[in-house]
Amino acid sequence: MSAPAGITRVTLLKDLRLEWRSKDASNSMLFFSLLVVVVFSFSFDPSAEESRQIAGGLIWVAFLFAAVVALNQTWAREIRNQVLDAYRVSPAPANSLFLAKVVGNFIFVSVLEALMTPLFIAFYRLRSIGPAWQLLVVAVLGTWALVVNGTFFAAMSLRTRSREIMLPLLLFPISLPAILAMVQATTAILNGEGARFWMTLLVTYDLVFTTVCLLLFETVLHAE
Amino acid sequence: MKRLFPILGVVTAALLVYALYMALIGAPTEQTMGNVQRIFYYHVPSAWTAFVLFFVNFGASLVYLVKRKAAADMVALVSAEVGVVFCTVVLVTGPIWARPVWGIWWTWDMRLTSTLVLWLIYVSYLFLRRFSSSGETPTLAAALAVLGALCVPFVYFSIWFFRTQHPQPVMGGGGSIDPRMLHVLLINWLAFSCFAFLVCWSRYRLEKLQREVDQAHALESLMAPRGSVR
Repeated sequence: MSAPAGITRVTLLKDLRLEWRSKDASNSMLFFSLLVVVVFSFSFDPSAEESRQIAGGLIWVAFLFAAVVALNQTWAREIRNQVLDAYRVSPAPANSLFLAKVVGNFIFVSVLEALMTPLFIAFYRLRSIGPAWQLLVVAVLGTWALVVNGTFFAAMSLRTRSREIMLPLLLFPISLPAILAMVQATTAILNGEGARFWMTLLVTYDLVFTTVCLLLFETVLHAE
Repeated sequence: MKRLFPILGVVTAALLVYALYMALIGAPTEQTMGNVQRIFYYHVPSAWTAFVLFFVNFGASLVYLVKRKAAADMVALVSAEVGVVFCTVVLVTGPIWARPVWGIWWTWDMRLTSTLVLWLIYVSYLFLRRFSSSGETPTLAAALAVLGALCVPFVYFSIWFFRTQHPQPVMGGGGSIDPRMLHVLLINWLAFSCFAFLVCWSRYRLEKLQREVDQAHALESLMAPRGSVR
């Protein structure tokens, strides 16, 4: 395995192992996700027919909030233990760290989503008219879009005042096209319509922003 | 160079007066909308000016990322600030125009939505500038500006398709424009552009001075003998 890929793997495994052992963030995140689902279900109580129209939007907004809370602590461990300084002076490529962080966050947020989805289905009596596997594709693409930008902006916000609010301030505007695409794709699939355009848009968005974030991360890491 | 500023100021003032006259009195009254339509002469040139300024911001940010010149960073900052102001004008004049004409304050049509998203992106850029306390703010901001600018085509495509699927009233209308109105529109755009340039220049000089003062203070603190820092 080439060196950068090896470093990515090692960093990712380290993060996963640390998280598994301490369950620092996991437990509170899981409970937060549950709370979000419940609050949304109380606030919007549609009939089964209506729910198919609005569920896409509701689910993704809930995922978005859960993701932001998860992303906010993504670099916390690194700051606490001066890991970033060590990384900067090591010859390891910055991209490997970034990719490891993104994949780790992706796994984490996916777990949260996997928990929230059955609850949404139950509370909203959701049944998809279109093929359900397509929803999974949208979920993967959409989550990646949020996580790749979120990890990048979280790194950018490290030395700002009001760090926690800075992340959503930066993330939301730039993610708007992706959020529109995720929501529209989900709604379209739930209602048995075609979602090809939105999926293509999501794939393109993911490719472009992953590339640019990878290119710029080194600059941000050293600037930060 | 410094002498050019007051000359440009006078020219801009004259242009603005002329443009105002033409917009409010000189231009022919629109057939269907009447005099309310005249806000168009503020709405559209502001939009164009904002887009140009945001493009300048993108260019300056790229230059900064490659060359790390302080001048590029200041141009980026200045163009973002003034661009946000003009974009705010667009977002405020739009609903003011729409309400009497279409009866609604807002709609998620292509132009309005994309302008709103653009405004949000650049306001977040200004927030990063304001809240970031590290000495490397220019680099971080430049990276954000590049990402924001890359987002723009996605915004356009996504909203275009969204609106094709869910048609809504279109603000601003398409169609041809009377050549006399086009003339007034262009005059206003010229006046606004000159004004924007003037404000940017002024703000640039202010920023340059501010940085020189800050550097002088920092140097003074460093050089002061121990125990006597004010």
